[in-house]
Amino acid sequence: MTGAETTMVIATAGELLAHAYQMELDAQERYSYLAEQMEVHNNIDLAKLFRELARVEGLHASDILQQMKGMDVPQIRPLDYKWPGSESPEALDMGDMHYMMTPRQALLLALKAEQNAFDFFDHLLKATDDPEIKRFAAEFAEEEQEHVELVHKELKRYPEADERPREDMDPPASQE
Amino acid sequence: MNIQQRPPFKAGDYKSDLTPVWCPGCGDFHVLLSVTKALAELGTPPENVAVISGIGCSSRIPAYTNCYGFHGVHGRSLALGAGLKVARPDLTVMVMSGDGDGFSIGGNHFLHACRRNVDMTYIVMDNRVYGMTKGQPSPTTEPDWDSALSPGGTGLSPFHPLVIALASGANFVAREFSGDIKGTTRTIVEAVRHPGFSFVEILSPCVTFRPDERAWKTQTHPAAVEATDDPSRAARRIMTDDGFNVGILYRGRRKPHDTHVKDSAGDPAILEEEFAI
Repeated sequence: MTGAETTMVIATAGELLAHAYQMELDAQERYSYLAEQMEVHNNIDLAKLFRELARVEGLHASDILQQMKGMDVPQIRPLDYKWPGSESPEALDMGDMHYMMTPRQALLLALKAEQNAFDFFDHLLKATDDPEIKRFAAEFAEEEQEHVELVHKELKRYPEADERPREDMDPPASQE
Repeated sequence: MNIQQRPPFKAGDYKSDLTPVWCPGCGDFHVLLSVTKALAELGTPPENVAVISGIGCSSRIPAYTNCYGFHGVHGRSLALGAGLKVARPDLTVMVMSGDGDGFSIGGNHFLHACRRNVDMTYIVMDNRVYGMTKGQPSPTTEPDWDSALSPGGTGLSPFHPLVIALASGANFVAREFSGDIKGTTRTIVEAVRHPGFSFVEILSPCVTFRPDERAWKTQTHPAAVEATDDPSRAARRIMTDDGFNVGILYRGRRKPHDTHVKDSAGDPAILEEEFAI
């Protein structure tokens, strides 16, 4: 995460809202994908968890949409978003997923995404002088911190010491 | 909300309601994201885009887009795409394939699509394995890939898609890694905009049958040199390629195949000039 770069490029509160909205939509989409994949592979507990995370991200997206009312919010083309990396910070890396993921592994992925989102807003909060950007960044950072804590709480249900790798009794094909 | 600039579409406008059934972790998820972002960036209405495919995991992609689509027969996606483009030159035609469908079953179509230079974009999701049929080696599989279905490896030299594309006359040649969504999106945008036949190989890991391909995330790297419009320079570069350079290799200047019917249609001399490489 390169917070300095983020601060340099996000110049208005409207631009911040546009980024925050897209970030929540991306997170909602990825959690939904993950939930669907877990359902396909009969990993029902995880599917429920990711459905819930997708629902929460969707609510946040709706809240941000409300906040946009009456503001000058630029419409940003996909390649013009000013993310610190290749994608929005809260988007799970789909390449890290696996159908035999344990709940703990999945939660650690979610934790990484939520922490990235917090870092994005926290860096912005610390670096900007714009009071309106500061206000929104503080609000969003607080919400992301709540998500981080929620995932930490869930992780306590799946301590590392108790983790057992899931075994596929009928693997796709033995390559050994 | 006061909208300052409203681009016509968002990536989500190009996605269908169907849930992809690719394995969790499959690189094709990333390709779908990149394609939809690229189309939004281009601003082409979904009804003006046709996504054509053959057979295989990657070829499921038309169903996951909200564009017109055709899930064709094995290896024949380029023939379908070229026919469509000739009949409807106003459409943006994107042909999607995998390394088995595109380089083995459809290998001959690949050569001639490059040569004909019809204005369309060909994206091959290369995972170096036949995933849908449970892990057989494909034309791009490394010769020493040892598996239950290829004990000790095939020992065969792999097919080099970029070399073949360049040698056969493709007008735009690039390679990307699926996990780099921004880079892949940017390259697809350029490929669609570039006149003529554009070929983009996307390294797209099959995490189920080739878990070793998760390492592509760190093995791929931007090419050290800029794209060239000189085919001989591009050829020299590709001969020293390690297989993991990503970016645009070649932007050619060949005139695309003219899809409009002309008064001179049927004149062998003009046709010969048109198809000359």
